[in-house]
Parts: sequence; structure tokens; C-alpha cells
Amino acid sequence: MTDTSHSLKPYRPEFRNIHAIKDLTTYRMPLAALVSILHRVSGAVLFLLLPLIAWVFGKSILSEVSFAQLTAVFREGAGLVPGWFFKLIALAVIWAFLHHLCAGLRHLVMDLDHGKTTKAYGKKSAQAVFGISLLVTLVLGAKVFGLY
Amino acid sequence: MNTSAIKNPASKTALRHWKGQRYTAALIVVYALLILLQLIFNKSPLGYELWAGIFSPVWMRLLTVAVVLAIAWHAWLGMCEIFMDYIKPANLKRGLHVFTALWLAASVAWFVSVLLKF
Repeated sequence: MTDTSHSLKPYRPEFRNIHAIKDLTTYRMPLAALVSILHRVSGAVLFLLLPLIAWVFGKSILSEVSFAQLTAVFREGAGLVPGWFFKLIALAVIWAFLHHLCAGLRHLVMDLDHGKTTKAYGKKSAQAVFGISLLVTLVLGAKVFGLY
Repeated sequence: MNTSAIKNPASKTALRHWKGQRYTAALIVVYALLILLQLIFNKSPLGYELWAGIFSPVWMRLLTVAVVLAIAWHAWLGMCEIFMDYIKPANLKRGLHVFTALWLAASVAWFVSVLLKF
């Protein structure tokens, strides 16, 4: 059996056993893939920071004194570390949460409607995930940095 | 979803985890919106009074404990999935599972102790 269609196919590089350093850096990911990997990264970040989040939650709620101590760290810093650094960490947590949430909702939408699992919808919804999560991060970030 | 047609026990567990990931996610989203809306639509200034006031009712403490447990279960399922995909050596994977369980247990314990104390 001769397969004439095979020779007509344009050459595409094949990626098997992707090498983390040689291949991954040159691999141009579609937007949906970026949402997907960042869903994992943001989830792992939130997991790793969970004890810190629990500790900050405790500080914020246990007493007025501990609440004031916490806000002072964000305002004036602690030791040699300036306040904006802690604000930046807070912003990273906010972004991780928002991206994880939006990407998760995207999953739920696709779970509920299999007709939506198309390439076009994948791209469109990926754009929505980045658009919404980054916009809300920007709005909340402006609040964290005292712009309004 | 009707899962009674599924015979393979491993598939049953996988589907249970798949559903668990989504039910816990839904609970966390609703809770996050509940907190966020209270922060946005309030008359008083953002401060300790308002913040602590949100969490002080008994039902809110109970709901928060439930959500913390949901987060722990959600994170456990998610981390297990990550390890399943990227970590091959069985011993290392077991070690990471133990670490994950301890990490989450410590976080849950801290949250619960805070909610009991304040």
C-alpha cells in the first residue's frame, strides 16, 4: 500500500521525550497550554504557601494588636526587608489564586458542555482566563499598593 | 453522575477524585465570593473590626473550617496528580506524599486553632 498523502505533509518537528532544557525553551506553547501549565504552577505555589497563608490569617484575625503588626510589616517592612517586597508577595498570591480560579472555572465549563472542547473555544477561553485574572490582579494590586 | 456502571475499582477511585476536585473547587469559589462581596459592599472602613467581624459568627467559623478541609483535600488531589505525572521513583513519590500530607495537616491545624481561639 502506498501512502501518497504522507509525502505531501509539510515537515513538522516532532517532540518525543521533550528535553527540559533543550526543547522546552524553544517549544512555542499555544495559549491554552500556557493556561494549563500555569494552572499547575499556581496550584503548587498556593500549596507551598498555605502554611504562610494560615499564619498571616491568624495574625490578621487574632487581635487588633496582631492585625496592626501585620499591616505595619506591609507599610514599613520588617528588618532589612522593605514593605513593598511583602506587598509583592501578597500580589503573587493574589495572582496565583485568581489564575487558578479562572482556569478551574474554564475546566468546569468544558466539563459541563463537551461541545465546547474545540481548539477555537480553547483559545478563546484561554484568552478570557488571562484577561480576567490579570485585570483583577491589576485592580487588587493597585489597592495593595495604595493607589486608591 | 451515575458511576454504578463502572466496574474497575481503580476507575471508580479516579472518578471519585475527579469529582472531589470539582466539588471542593465549587465550595471554595462560593466561599471566596462570599468574603470578597462582604469586603466590597461594606460601609465601614477596611480594618480589624470589619475583617474579624466577618469571621466571628459561629456559622462562619464552621463554614471556614469546612472550606479549609475542602482546600486541603483539593490540594492533596492536585499535588498527587502533579507527582503522578512528573515523579517516577516510587520512594521519592512516597516521600513527597508524606511531605504533602504533613504540610496540609499542619496548615489545617493552624487554621482550626486560629478559628477556635479568636
